[in-house]
Amino acid sequence: MHAVSVATRPQLSHLRALESEAIHVMREVAAEFERPVLLFSGGKDSIVLLRLAEKAFRPAPFPFPLMHVDTGHNFAEVIEFRDRRVAELGERLIVASVQDSIDRGRVVEETGPRASRNRLQTTTLLDAIAEHSFDAAFGGARRDEERARAKERVFSFRDDFGQWDPKNQRPELWNLYNGRINRGEHVRVFPLSNWTELDVWEYIDQESLEVPSIYFAHERDVFRRDGMLYAMSPFTELIDGEEVITETVRYRTVGDMSCTGGVVSQAATLDEVVLEIAATRLTERGETRADDRVSEAAMEDRKKAGYF
Amino acid sequence: MTLDLLRFTTAGSVDDGKSTLIGRLLYDAKQVFEDQLEHVQEASERRGGEGALDLALLTDGLRAEREQGITIDVAYRYFATAKRRFIIADCPGHQQYTRNMVTGASTADVSVVLLDARRGVLEQSKRHAFISALLGIPHMVVAVNKMDLVDYARERFEELVADFAGFASKLGAGTGWRRIDVSYIPMSALEGDNVVERSARMEWYTGPVLLDFLEQVDVAYDHPDERPARFPVQWVIRPAAASADYRGYAGQLASGALRRGDEVAVLPAGGRTRIAAIDTFDGELDEAMAPMSFTLRLEDELDISRGSLICHPDEAPQVGRVLTADVCWMTDAPLRPGGRYVLKHTSQSVTAAVDAIDDVIDVHTLERSEPPEELSLNDIGRVRLRTSAPLAFDAYSSNRRTGSFILIDEAGNGTVGAGMIAGSAA
Ligand SMILES: Nc1nc2c(ncn2[C@@H]2O[C@H](COP(=O)(O)OP(=O)(O)O)[C@@H](O)[C@H]2O)c(=O)[nH]1
Repeated sequence: MHAVSVATRPQLSHLRALESEAIHVMREVAAEFERPVLLFSGGKDSIVLLRLAEKAFRPAPFPFPLMHVDTGHNFAEVIEFRDRRVAELGERLIVASVQDSIDRGRVVEETGPRASRNRLQTTTLLDAIAEHSFDAAFGGARRDEERARAKERVFSFRDDFGQWDPKNQRPELWNLYNGRINRGEHVRVFPLSNWTELDVWEYIDQESLEVPSIYFAHERDVFRRDGMLYAMSPFTELIDGEEVITETVRYRTVGDMSCTGGVVSQAATLDEVVLEIAATRLTERGETRADDRVSEAAMEDRKKAGYF
Repeated sequence: MTLDLLRFTTAGSVDDGKSTLIGRLLYDAKQVFEDQLEHVQEASERRGGEGALDLALLTDGLRAEREQGITIDVAYRYFATAKRRFIIADCPGHQQYTRNMVTGASTADVSVVLLDARRGVLEQSKRHAFISALLGIPHMVVAVNKMDLVDYARERFEELVADFAGFASKLGAGTGWRRIDVSYIPMSALEGDNVVERSARMEWYTGPVLLDFLEQVDVAYDHPDERPARFPVQWVIRPAAASADYRGYAGQLASGALRRGDEVAVLPAGGRTRIAAIDTFDGELDEAMAPMSFTLRLEDELDISRGSLICHPDEAPQVGRVLTADVCWMTDAPLRPGGRYVLKHTSQSVTAAVDAIDDVIDVHTLERSEPPEELSLNDIGRVRLRTSAPLAFDAYSSNRRTGSFILIDEAGNGTVGAGMIAGSAA
């Protein structure tokens, strides 16, 4: 008998099982779509996506480019990391700029102290997808981040307006994914659907992946608003009563500076970050993304508009 | 800490206590996220909660969506204990959502079927047990819930076990479906008896509590008996770089194990060669086992492409263009003889024509009907299909990955059916 008897066979660790599943998803997309793209934001989830792409396609180059939807309000550390990482990989990066969309009148800049370019990204992203006729876009979204995502598909179908309609989503059985679409439609693909935040960090630790420095405790000028600590930036408009304080913080996500809250933390190494997350009860979304606290429906509506 | 990963599906009729059970698992397993607790606190006040934390609120998202009419679907929940990582496929308990149960069950290692101790074994509970067997889930746990409402009475529990076992025994033998082992646990999700902590009020029950069972049950990737190796080729790696004359066949091992030097056959095209190397990004392996993803290098240049299946020559699967399969129909427009669909099986897509529909299964009595005109939404029936190109397949009861397929509507592109191959029609 060739097969090793199951009883003696060691089980795959959960990270290896999740990794193997994600690699399978990436290869299905490479095989069944003409023009995939990997959305790379410099964040921890997309960093894991890059490593999974290496595992799926090396020694060949990735069969798709990377794309960053750049709000222009990023942490400087993240942009520096992004460019260095892409160069190291020898892969191609397309930058879709929200500022361009504003300049071309495609979107209107929000004003006021709570303004953020977060919502403008949708138009920039959909315009870029149309411009490059991408038909599949890898994203780092995970079902565990937010209850509204518990039902999200691995292949999340978007119509020719880039919209997500719950009735159009396809049942996903076994590991058989249906990637058939018409011209002008595209699929968002989420290889990390079954990963938790803790899995992502443990994988980063296991693979010793580099992440932007702001994930670790560092001193920074911040201000407190709605129970969150926001970084002072050239775009900050303080509301009266808010004052700038220096705090040792770290960030659990690396979104747009104006709406990504930091947490007071001493976690300076990967192990300390993993320990902190294992102990913390707050899901990253609940705690640090301002606009998600508005209402759970906000997530659902923005997904319908094709935001992620 | 290396954990392993268990997938289980939960099903029960509405109000059997599924949301409460899942909430209890998450809550007691100390994995509840505080911000969700905050929501629960606010939601409790909003609904004039009696102050006591209403556990079911933790998963009320499913019920809330039911009220909002968003298409009801499988919701995936995640939690971990010190021993294992869990993925719950939480299927709605509605009558007409067979397709969601089938979806959730397709990847599950364990099926948790809820019963309400007072209402007993409902028609729906039988449907859930049947679908779990049809989808080849090796282990089933019957959670006899709401024992607090029957004074934790052993007699009532044993009565329900006998009732359910009578039905479950029909699922195994002779139906061609996989033999499933069934366990029964008396519990109260609301009071927390035997979910995570052992109940002080049911000393007569000495079996494992639910979480113990879930932490110990084997998550053998394939069915306990040894599985022949099945490696569907997904993607050919051929770097354009001049230096690399590398040619690798990449995929995820569906079952069994492969070793460097093994003689292998390539199907359906045919041809034999040996494994020269098993490559991964982290270096070569001497041996690989399901469900690993890796890249094979072979000693001979053969006609291999996406959709080819690599296996050991003396354990080859069936190859053919004629299939009979139990199909769960998942869309409004009915399945009729003569219908044509795209059929996706492992990494291969072909066109399939429906030659005949042999029967529709009555999910409560398990009887197979006379040949019907058509299969409608949520029907499960035996269908005979002819494919445009040969497939290398196994019966579903012996291999869930090489024995399953989906049907895709050629015009609308939707996934309209899920198939479990019964065996070649020849
Ligand atoms: N007495 C008692 N009530 C329960 C138990 N489990 C759930 N319930 C109640 O049964 C009702 C339905 O529970 P729920 O979890 O929403 O059921 P679902 O529709 O299957 O999700 C709720 O009022 C629960 O509080 C139990 O073990 N004992």
